[in-house]
Amino acid sequence: MNYFDKDLASLHDDLVNKKMSVRELTQETFANVKATDPKIGAFLTLNEDAALKQADAIDAEGVAADDPLAGIAIGVKDNIVTKGLKTTASSKILANFTPVYDATVVEKLTAAKTITIGKTNMDEFAMGGSTETSAFQTTKNAWDQTKVPGGSSGGSAAAVASGQVPVAFGSDTGGSIRQPSSFNGIVGMKPTYGRVSRWGLIAFGSSLDQIGPMTRTVKDNATVLSAIAGHDKHDLTSSDKAVPDFAAGLNEGTSVKGMRIGLPKEFLAEGVDDDVRNAILAAADTYRQLGATVDEVSLPHNKYGVAAYYIIASSEASSNLQRFDGIRYGYRAQDVKNLEDVYVKSRSEGFGDEVKRRIMLGTFSLSAGFYDAYFLKAAKVRTVIMNDFKAVLKDHDFIMGPVAPTPAFGLGDELMDPITMYMNDVLTIPVNLAGLPGLAVPAGFSNNLPVGMQLIGRPFDEGTLYKAGYAFEQNTDFHSQLPKLGGQN
Amino acid sequence: MNFETTIGLEVHVELKTHSKIFSPSAVEFGVDPNANTNVIDWGYPGVLPTTNKGVVADGIIAALALHATVEKHTHFDRKNYFYPDNPKAYQITQAEKPIGHDGWIEIDVDGVKKKVGIEEMHIEEDAGKNTHEKDYSYVDLNRQGTALIEIVSKPDIASPAEAYAYLEALRQRIQFTGISDVKMEEGSMRVDVNISVRPIGQKEFGTKAELKNLNSFNYVRRGLEFEEQRQQKVLMSGGSVRQETRRFDETTGETILMRVKEGADDYRYFPEPDLPALNISDDWIKELDDNMPEMPGKRRDRYVNDLGLTDYDAMVLTQTKEMSDFFDATVALKADPKMASNYLQGDVNAYLNDNQVDLSETKLTPENLAGMINLISDGTISTKMAKKVFKALTDGEEPKAYVEAHGLVQLSDPAKLQPIIDDVLAANPQSIEDFNNGKQRAVGFLVGQIMKQTHGQANPTVVNQLLIASLKG
Repeated sequence: MNYFDKDLASLHDDLVNKKMSVRELTQETFANVKATDPKIGAFLTLNEDAALKQADAIDAEGVAADDPLAGIAIGVKDNIVTKGLKTTASSKILANFTPVYDATVVEKLTAAKTITIGKTNMDEFAMGGSTETSAFQTTKNAWDQTKVPGGSSGGSAAAVASGQVPVAFGSDTGGSIRQPSSFNGIVGMKPTYGRVSRWGLIAFGSSLDQIGPMTRTVKDNATVLSAIAGHDKHDLTSSDKAVPDFAAGLNEGTSVKGMRIGLPKEFLAEGVDDDVRNAILAAADTYRQLGATVDEVSLPHNKYGVAAYYIIASSEASSNLQRFDGIRYGYRAQDVKNLEDVYVKSRSEGFGDEVKRRIMLGTFSLSAGFYDAYFLKAAKVRTVIMNDFKAVLKDHDFIMGPVAPTPAFGLGDELMDPITMYMNDVLTIPVNLAGLPGLAVPAGFSNNLPVGMQLIGRPFDEGTLYKAGYAFEQNTDFHSQLPKLGGQN
Repeated sequence: MNFETTIGLEVHVELKTHSKIFSPSAVEFGVDPNANTNVIDWGYPGVLPTTNKGVVADGIIAALALHATVEKHTHFDRKNYFYPDNPKAYQITQAEKPIGHDGWIEIDVDGVKKKVGIEEMHIEEDAGKNTHEKDYSYVDLNRQGTALIEIVSKPDIASPAEAYAYLEALRQRIQFTGISDVKMEEGSMRVDVNISVRPIGQKEFGTKAELKNLNSFNYVRRGLEFEEQRQQKVLMSGGSVRQETRRFDETTGETILMRVKEGADDYRYFPEPDLPALNISDDWIKELDDNMPEMPGKRRDRYVNDLGLTDYDAMVLTQTKEMSDFFDATVALKADPKMASNYLQGDVNAYLNDNQVDLSETKLTPENLAGMINLISDGTISTKMAKKVFKALTDGEEPKAYVEAHGLVQLSDPAKLQPIIDDVLAANPQSIEDFNNGKQRAVGFLVGQIMKQTHGQANPTVVNQLLIASLKG
């Protein structure tokens, strides 16, 4: 059967009503992944035996009506640790690493009875915007296999867009959920910092990282976020704010009528593709037609975001990645003479170029004599950027703009040009610096490549973003257009 | 040329917590290597630290005990360096805003009192332990993540004797708070020392040397004494002191060059992003202050002013919290304070020294010691009998039961003593004559005879009274 265009609610109905068993759905999923993945390259590791065992267990109990995710196939980004299932962060240094514990998100998903199909490809340690820094394989855009899927959660985005799984999980430090969602025409949520536990997420920039869901529809996304969010005693940066049933508010009555939306002029400035700009302007019109007001607003310090981000994220990463030292786990170089050799050779051979670049950048930024001019200055810029958002969100329900300045670019186009690659994140990075929720929703096409819109909300107000995304989705058909792949779909 | 010496001390105190500072692993000693570790202690990918609130409380207690200002808005920082006993390759510590700063303690060197400033104290995690064999090195992470407080002195210490006194006073105050055992021999107190000398009158401090391998307060003093002389000699011969790390050799009493330091290490400190900043409320500080155990100075004042002990006795009894608590408990059970003090300093201390044990490791209890002292006070037993009883107390015996079981009860009844006295007098007419001739010595002889007849059980005071009465009668 073809469940490519089915949302979670209809899959759930079919499972509850036993139109198909969880085993059938799971087998179908693996068959489809095996048929399509040679073309897409979304998955690094498949979890077939365990998944089928789990499916049988769920079938034995039957899928309950109040278990909306039971039996649903998911993909998990390979920087989220899974007990007994290889987790590499797409790095040679963790090529054979099998964790002994589950991330909190994975524990929650297990409790919700989802079925983990496998681990998805990503940029090495989530550093990159094209999934090309993966040490293992290239993932292709679901819409055009000569284009990148975006990154760093490119495997998860391509897996969802190509119909391999209805839900995949990404992590977003500077745009790594939203940008690949945009490039692949799917819905991706970067929740408020602290909304989802980071326990078990292999840290990149600890003050920026968030795990979030990637799905084909807004409502699916809302359903999944409610299942993974909430306070975790393992993560003191997780919030104890109550988690609403986000999907419950999404129905025929959902409306943006009376809402005030801010459209920052900086988000449509130079460097943004005409097609992207036009898609966002059209989306603004749609919102106006739905009864909202859209004001031009300003985030004057947005332009300093990329510089501040690359200092803060790289500084934290330089420290976070020191534990990969070849001593206790992971890759260890051969032919070493002493301890320093173990460190230097293991890390030199184990890390790829982009990771090394950022470790050097971060190490420099934290060094005595440079700390004040770099790390401390960046931290101050971060506060200024937060205040920009605070000012706009005081009298606006949310902010809208593009996710990325361009649609997906060609494979290999930007890999050797880090600055251009970094500038792709100019519209997503400030949201991480400010710790705000950001939702990517499909909003148009440019030469048959999807264009995404980004909705940015107040802290812990993912609910408003879902409502606005849902209302937009109900009045447009971008999300229902599907890429044409060979194989089953 | 005359010199002045400046000494700085960094003291690491290991806290007596049940679990580690940033992970739920147990803290205990003598278990198998890596038995008390989990994914956090291993520095596994994806793990996060969580703060043990008790450690923060201990940090506040230490700050209060050392007259420091508690930093109410503080946070943790990362100190980055690679070493196999440091699995995350960073130590979580406090660099920018230590939990306490600008404190002081009073020291006493040969009766001269002086306040020594404390720059700051901060809470941090300990590293694991590496051991090396021929072809392999082993890493034990049991100690990784145990909680420490590091206490840094101001450059107020001007002599090795002052350094020794500072360590004594610091150890004593921390021990009385109960947050640490502060035992150097067990590693729950570790001392890093730096010392520099400069000609009197020179404004800038001299170049300092760091001393390592100082495993007792005595070694600290001896190492500093040697190093003070060495640096003076270098300067007097026209040379200059290098910034270096030196090792104290216990057998020769000399310091030996380990390495010359070139520039400072760069640990790339930055705020720990995995832990929220700490906001310490005034209420919490007050609560901890209100529950703070009585410090040794206050106890000494109480012993002298309320209990009538000498300054010396009060000083000896407050050497350790254990001894002082034992004394307080004994006195609370109505034992005579002076006698309790004498027994603790005398028989008890001798017993501890002979057996090389701590008070808590013995079977002695305040109840039993007070019981014995009260038996002496009410005349039931003599101090001589008490020697026997004390020995029984060390075996865990209850004094009253022991005295009764062994017939040690003192004979104080005049009706029973008088016939014995009469017999002795009848048998020694010469002594009566001597007494009548004014020879007081005769009394001592007669008492001895009476004690012999009663197998030492007669109450000497009563015997004396009755005997004199009989002789005069």
